[in-house]
Amino acid sequence: MAESTVIATSGAIPQDPSPLAAFWSAFKENRGAVAGLVVVAIVVLLAILADVVAPHAPNEQFRDAVRAAPVWAEGGSWKFILGTDSLGRDMLSRLIHGARVSLFIGLSVMGASFVIGVLLGLACVGLPGALGQAVDVAITRLMDLIMAVPSLVLAILVVAVLGPSLANTIVAVSIVTLPRYVRLVRASAMAELGKDYVVAAQVAGVRRLRLMFATVLPNGLSPLIVQAALGISDAILEAAALGFLGLGAQPPTAEWGTMLADAREFIRSNPWLVTFPGLAILITVVAINLMGDGLRDALDPKMRRS
Amino acid sequence: MLLYLLRRLALTIPTFIALMFVTFVAIRLVPGDPVEVRVGERGISPERLAMFRHELGLDQPVWQQFLHYTNALLHGDFGTSLATNQKVMVEFAALFPATLELSAAAMLLAVAIGIPAGTLAAARRGSLVDQTLMGLSVTGYSMPIFWWGLLLIMFVGERWGLTPVSGRIDLIKYYFEPVTGFMVIDAWLSGQAGAVKDALHHLLLPAMVLGTVPLAVIARMTRSAMLEVLGEDYVRTARAKGLPAWRVVGLHALRNALIPVVTIVGLQVGTLLAGAVLTETIFSWPGVGKWLIESIARRDYPALQGGVMLISSIVIVVNLLVDLTYGLVNPRIRHG
Repeated sequence: MAESTVIATSGAIPQDPSPLAAFWSAFKENRGAVAGLVVVAIVVLLAILADVVAPHAPNEQFRDAVRAAPVWAEGGSWKFILGTDSLGRDMLSRLIHGARVSLFIGLSVMGASFVIGVLLGLACVGLPGALGQAVDVAITRLMDLIMAVPSLVLAILVVAVLGPSLANTIVAVSIVTLPRYVRLVRASAMAELGKDYVVAAQVAGVRRLRLMFATVLPNGLSPLIVQAALGISDAILEAAALGFLGLGAQPPTAEWGTMLADAREFIRSNPWLVTFPGLAILITVVAINLMGDGLRDALDPKMRRS
Repeated sequence: MLLYLLRRLALTIPTFIALMFVTFVAIRLVPGDPVEVRVGERGISPERLAMFRHELGLDQPVWQQFLHYTNALLHGDFGTSLATNQKVMVEFAALFPATLELSAAAMLLAVAIGIPAGTLAAARRGSLVDQTLMGLSVTGYSMPIFWWGLLLIMFVGERWGLTPVSGRIDLIKYYFEPVTGFMVIDAWLSGQAGAVKDALHHLLLPAMVLGTVPLAVIARMTRSAMLEVLGEDYVRTARAKGLPAWRVVGLHALRNALIPVVTIVGLQVGTLLAGAVLTETIFSWPGVGKWLIESIARRDYPALQGGVMLISSIVIVVNLLVDLTYGLVNPRIRHG
């Protein structure tokens, strides 16, 4: 109260809310997005604290409790809240450690394709003269090519060449998602380049590298942030699909897709073995997507899907 | 229009060349020798090995191999499978109708449910119906379809026994020679009682699984296109002259909202083919997706190479057709 009186008496112009505050007030309008954010926060916390939170080690085998039922089912016990898998490993602990693997994949893929995407996208627009044109054509064609191959098929091809592993999954999925970032950066950089403030910066003698990274890039960042958020969920899904096909993270890594593949043969006898890992993937991906939609609405009013 | 067509066609040629180059290089980077895969574990004499290498053209310089490869591709030769010794093209052509049938059924489901759902959500914007439908759409869009398939097998197939969970038709009850390669049509042509119903029964679950992501995308896209159109002047005019709401929404608005939706439908082809790999694996559906995964397991690299090449070519051609149709419908694109 005292503050507002001071402002009123001193006659100062009320300041605009900080960009962060403006963003938050727009973001919190969207209940789905807030719910998504909460779930994502929980998953991130679980992933970070996996060693502390998980009741057992992810790869510890309890030979006397193979394929134990979850606690609410007949024969279940509080020792294994969500039951155990075919090797007697605790399902809940593996799911919690799986969150770590999935988020690691999602963030690595996003980071790699974001950085490379920005570099390639700006290279398309920013390089001068004939060389610039040639680079633009080459990169654009290459991205068209990547987009022409169905995502999972391309990822399979890459993994077939490099061999199945967690690291190669990240490489494969990064290649698949790269074109989205490159195209976005290229398009928004081209749109910005013609604007007055960029011309002004050029006239003022700003060098090309600085122009691209310090002047153009920040102004095209909003759609890129949205893409990055949604890119994490896409990466998690693709990686889980590769894991499910046996081409992703290799056993005994507790990866959700790989866990599903292991559980497939027990689909009749132990349905929960199949249910939980898939549910974990679905909940995480839905939460990230809801959050991404909220980001889009809050960051870019033009893209708002009314 | 002709100029637009030619320009658009010319743009796909470099993509094709790059595709050939990349698949060629990728396969050569694969660890392991294709000859070893062919001769198996027992090993053979150096003379025979040299003969095999010569037969496969592996004793020539790499650039010559690429030229041979390109030349063969241009003549429709996509290589020979190491596992079956059959032409990759022949195997692909035999399996592709199964994938096409599955994809078409999935797309049909997605369009038949997605467009009405999106229209309804837009017409009742902000209501509980809208929120529920959009919630379902996000869920569908986020669905790990391999898990969704297993769930459906578990409940619809096993527990409730409503549908079969693998294959395209009950092979013990029904047998007929493939004519078109589409099981439903072949069953109908065969005239055997109950065959069509059985084929449709087999098709239902896989089509549901494969159709889920496109369905969610189409519903969402229809909704936002509808919302945009519903604010237009001609819709207000239609309302003002007293037309019933269903006519305004269902005819005047929907027809215009469908233009972007049609594009989205076309662009889902890649999603469908990628999804087919998972769906066919889960439901033992004998299409190109399952075949591709099996080729990797058998280290049958020519099959993998040819398969990727063929699938990508289909996507390129379909995207081209979508672009051209769009240009045909919307002159603003054509002259842009």
